[in-house]
Amino acid sequence: MAYPLVVTKRMMEHPTDSHTMERYEATGGYVAARQSIGQTREELVELVKASGLLGRGGAAFSAGLKWSFLAPARPAYLVVNGDESEPGTFKDRQLMERDPHQIVEGMIIAAKANEVHDSFVYIRGEYPKPARRLQQAVAEAYAKGYLGKGIFGTDYDLELTVHLGAGAYICGEETALLNSLEGRRGEPRLKPPYFPAAKGLYMKPTIVNNIETISNLPHIINQGSEWFAGLSDSADTGTFMMSISGHVNKPGNYELPHGLTWREVIYDVAGGIRNGNELKAWVPGGASAPWFVPELHLDKPVTKEACAADGSMLGSGAIIVMDHTTDMVGAAERLVAFFAEESCGQCTPCREGTTWLDMILQRVLNGAGRDADIDLLLDVADNISVGLGWPPKQTTICPLGPSAVSPVMSLVRHFRDEVEAHIASAPHAGGQGVSVSIRGIA
Amino acid sequence: MSDPLVKITINGVAHHVPGHSVLIKTAEDLGTYIPRFCWHPRMAPVGMCRMCLVEIEGPRGVMLVPSCTTPIHDEMIVHTETDTVKKAQEGVLEFLLANHPLDCPVCDRGGECPLQDQTMAYGPGESRFVEEKRHYEKPIPISDLVMLDRERCILCARCTRFSDEISGDPLIEFMDRGNSTQVNTFTEEPFASYFSGNTVQLCPVGALTASPYRFRARPWDLRVIGSTCTVCSAGDSISVHASQNEVLRYLGVDNDATNHGWLSDKCRFGFEYLNSDDRLTTPLVRGADGEFAEASWSEALGLVAEKLTAIVTDHGPQAVAGLGGSRGTNEDAYAFSKFMRTVVGSGHIDSQMDDGLNPQLLAALSGKGLIGDLEHAKTILLWAADLKEEHPTLYLRVRRAAQELGAKLIIVHPRRTGLDDRATFKFGYKPGDGGRVLSELMAGQGEYAAARAALSEGPVVAIVGRTGLTESPVLAESVAAFARDLPNASVLPIVRRSNTYGALDMGLAPNLLPGRAGIGSPGCANLEATWGGLPTKAGYDAAAIATGIDEGSIKGVILLGADPVADMPNGLDLTAPDFVVAIDLFLTESSSQADVVFPALGFAEKEGTVTNLEGRVQKVNRVVPGPGQAREDWSILDDLAARMGKPMGFASAEAISKEIAHVAPAYESVTWDLVTWDHPDGAVVPVVAERSPLEYVPVVSSTSSTPSKSEFVLHSARTMYDNGVMCQQGPSIGKLAPGAAAYLNPDDAERLGVVDGDLVRVASTNGQGDLPVVIDSSLTDGVVYVPFNQPGGPRFGSDLDVSVVKL
Repeated sequence: MAYPLVVTKRMMEHPTDSHTMERYEATGGYVAARQSIGQTREELVELVKASGLLGRGGAAFSAGLKWSFLAPARPAYLVVNGDESEPGTFKDRQLMERDPHQIVEGMIIAAKANEVHDSFVYIRGEYPKPARRLQQAVAEAYAKGYLGKGIFGTDYDLELTVHLGAGAYICGEETALLNSLEGRRGEPRLKPPYFPAAKGLYMKPTIVNNIETISNLPHIINQGSEWFAGLSDSADTGTFMMSISGHVNKPGNYELPHGLTWREVIYDVAGGIRNGNELKAWVPGGASAPWFVPELHLDKPVTKEACAADGSMLGSGAIIVMDHTTDMVGAAERLVAFFAEESCGQCTPCREGTTWLDMILQRVLNGAGRDADIDLLLDVADNISVGLGWPPKQTTICPLGPSAVSPVMSLVRHFRDEVEAHIASAPHAGGQGVSVSIRGIA
Repeated sequence: MSDPLVKITINGVAHHVPGHSVLIKTAEDLGTYIPRFCWHPRMAPVGMCRMCLVEIEGPRGVMLVPSCTTPIHDEMIVHTETDTVKKAQEGVLEFLLANHPLDCPVCDRGGECPLQDQTMAYGPGESRFVEEKRHYEKPIPISDLVMLDRERCILCARCTRFSDEISGDPLIEFMDRGNSTQVNTFTEEPFASYFSGNTVQLCPVGALTASPYRFRARPWDLRVIGSTCTVCSAGDSISVHASQNEVLRYLGVDNDATNHGWLSDKCRFGFEYLNSDDRLTTPLVRGADGEFAEASWSEALGLVAEKLTAIVTDHGPQAVAGLGGSRGTNEDAYAFSKFMRTVVGSGHIDSQMDDGLNPQLLAALSGKGLIGDLEHAKTILLWAADLKEEHPTLYLRVRRAAQELGAKLIIVHPRRTGLDDRATFKFGYKPGDGGRVLSELMAGQGEYAAARAALSEGPVVAIVGRTGLTESPVLAESVAAFARDLPNASVLPIVRRSNTYGALDMGLAPNLLPGRAGIGSPGCANLEATWGGLPTKAGYDAAAIATGIDEGSIKGVILLGADPVADMPNGLDLTAPDFVVAIDLFLTESSSQADVVFPALGFAEKEGTVTNLEGRVQKVNRVVPGPGQAREDWSILDDLAARMGKPMGFASAEAISKEIAHVAPAYESVTWDLVTWDHPDGAVVPVVAERSPLEYVPVVSSTSSTPSKSEFVLHSARTMYDNGVMCQQGPSIGKLAPGAAAYLNPDDAERLGVVDGDLVRVASTNGQGDLPVVIDSSLTDGVVYVPFNQPGGPRFGSDLDVSVVKL
């Protein structure tokens, strides 16, 4: 079944050269940017508000509304978040690699809409090729006068800097990203100030948008907000990109309309489970999202609201599918280990707690689990994310700590029997059993 | 303007408080202590430890928030004792303890450890953490003075924030991330900060320990007494900790007026000289063989009384001169002043070593500007010594004003200073050329226009002193004259020795009498009555005393805790006088040349008051008895006076303070009771402005300095650590003196054909030395900087002109 494409249309139609300036301009590129330079901030903000475009970085907040919050102080900055590091998320990578001019053009529009003259793209350090492609596109745009002093022959100046991170997941959190961009340790900032739109980069008003969000802008200018809103039946307008990985037959990036069910996404779009296996669970919106299971969620719609109602989130649109061969304790441990590794180390509960959770899970996997460990897991998790609810009531500055709680919570909620089985099959089952592997005596 | 009041309800009790604060502080002020590790009232909150989580009722329901980063607001409702809060706090403590080694029995912090205390108060009884703990090599030295144990560290960022935000030398930082986050130094860059000891005091666990104190005592074995630091003249509040009659450490005490709780390492670790084996313990009398022999007090006192009396009889009282008194207490200084004037009858007395400022200037400005004025300053003029080297806690206050409070900072100094990175304007110049700089700054000419404009914006705080020892004191006086007429100006005059201001206030200057009275000042009736007459003529200052010695008119010299041979820029010939008596802690370059030496008690061994650069009188207290037969300066002088037939009648330091309060106009009614109870931060004298009869108005002198025509001029200035006896008698800090070197600007070095480390010969009419070159781009062409009084270093006196030759 073919869905209407927006941000991936060019790359699908011109798979070999969609990243070049030549192809981009031959397919209507930079028309929207030229037009936007002649428009006022109010016009552009209203247009994007009317389009209903929501941020695609995970929080799904209205892009136009965010722009309207930009404080009047100047200088102000535009920062585009390309630090896509959530396990299972790889959509921005494709947009940067395959259609970088779409991002440059989107940034010109966003810059004009916010009367910004300095913009940055922050790309995760492990993305050399996307960075190269984007850097190439930026160089081409500078050469043509689309960036730099007096762009498109007007008196509007816009600088665009591509910045590569140094390999820290936390720099995807917007305030940690800003710290990193300033040359500081990539650590989330304290709130207040609550929004970069008031105090962001160098404590100046800053718009932070995601790559996919930005990529939609030229299309909204060209085809109008009504067209964009009309692509979807829900409040979440346009299309959205989903990165599907795990035990499916056709993993990959898909640009999809809103409102499909999970069954359609997993079985139709992604071609079903490998080897005809049974679906066991999936992570619906990036590694930090609580898991869904087929018994409860397979026929639920893939929307922000539906996910929230079921205590999870669509997040950055990454789904990781697990079939019946998966050891769920192992899966949880792997996810928790990621967050423990990526904790910035500022807040005690996250720094100590995520690693502790991982150590307990490792111990259970290694046959040294104790009966008390399930309660211990839940209580340690509770000290990071109070009440284990969703959205989390965190004891930390940013949501990374609670993100590590999601797999633990999901594991015990849906697969408690598997944890118990691991514990029961431990060589010292029933006893305290711990000192065996922990102190390295056994 | 005060903040409007807001209503805040804590645990059901409503309060109305000023609206600008963070919750943790407001709650504490209102009597609700919220546990914390990372928050510190003098540093920006980081919200890292999460110990201070509390619940507030917000628009989206009850939220758990860190109280250290949450500003208070009107109608705020706070819960600090709910089950959720307790669970969160217990959880944080459990997390902190998970990887903590729990080696409290061998940890210096045991017994005074916030982690230990809060675990007892708020923590879980036992740990559920059964995994293997984090391991690091422990402890590792991160500087000569500080050891780091990363296993104990709870990553609260107090030390890293201090060195970044407060002291401005961010030499320790977080490395790595997550569970591997650790505090460490940068590769091959030790934590060589003048303020490193503060991080030890700030550390809420035993992660940072001070090498001089490690394993020396347990907190419950310590005798602790509040006192005032006497290393520099800022008057830092401290507590002195002693065990078994030995002083073991100082801690900084937070005092809004002075040090904000901080200390330099020289203050913090500089007490070690007290415990030195070289301390004098008995009187020493030089025998016929020229060697010192131990003597009884009565023998030594009798000899000195006899010799001094003979000199006075044979050559008149003006043949005796006194030097010193700026290192002790006001009571000691008053005793010396009274002894010289009434017992000997000589006015040749000076507490400055020809390296300070006009005593009338110091006495007149004292009490007119406060360190606290820096908090409100719009513009700060710093035309004095490098504060980082000489007045470290004042340096921190100026840094704070420029960095956190937005004051414009104007620095005039021949070389880079510790505050250059925070300076709005920095003007380098060649020593001798300061007069031109001042006149151009006053006129706002050329490059000085913007700085002059900034000085027109009050309040202005001007910190004025000599930038170096080759710079004329008249220049500083001219700068002070200019500064005191600036809008809403406070002038803080700067000299080095700790109690110089007190000594001058006690009349230890050739032209001053106790209580900031000049010779011939009105209002000294009490003094006249008590002393039985007043001097009518000014005596010699230190330089004139040196000349008098050379010319043979000074036959007897009394040194009170003074080492003029080493300390006076041009030295002093102590072999010439017929008789020299020294009251000292050590055999110094000077006291070792005396005929009789009396052993004196030092800091923490005696009581008294001291006066800081603001004119703030604070108490110093006794916590240990002192070595051997050492005695207070005043009591030695009192005994001597009695033996010379003119008893001064002192019974105790407190009795002397009462006499001072009676006779010295500026100190009227400033007794110990007042200082201790009514003014715990000390009282700034004069408490009543009219009681200071001395009104010395400096004027701008056209000859405030004279440009040199020599190819090289010398800049000579003091460093924090030097060859001074108190520094060198401390094993921890003595070795930190940077050593003598010739600092040259790159162009001069190129012209001389020398690079870093090459030897040059620097020579003046007074001395010469072969010194390694250090390239220093902050110097102006034609200036060679040689740090003063370094171990093995040469002395050039106050000569401005020098020659520099490649060897």
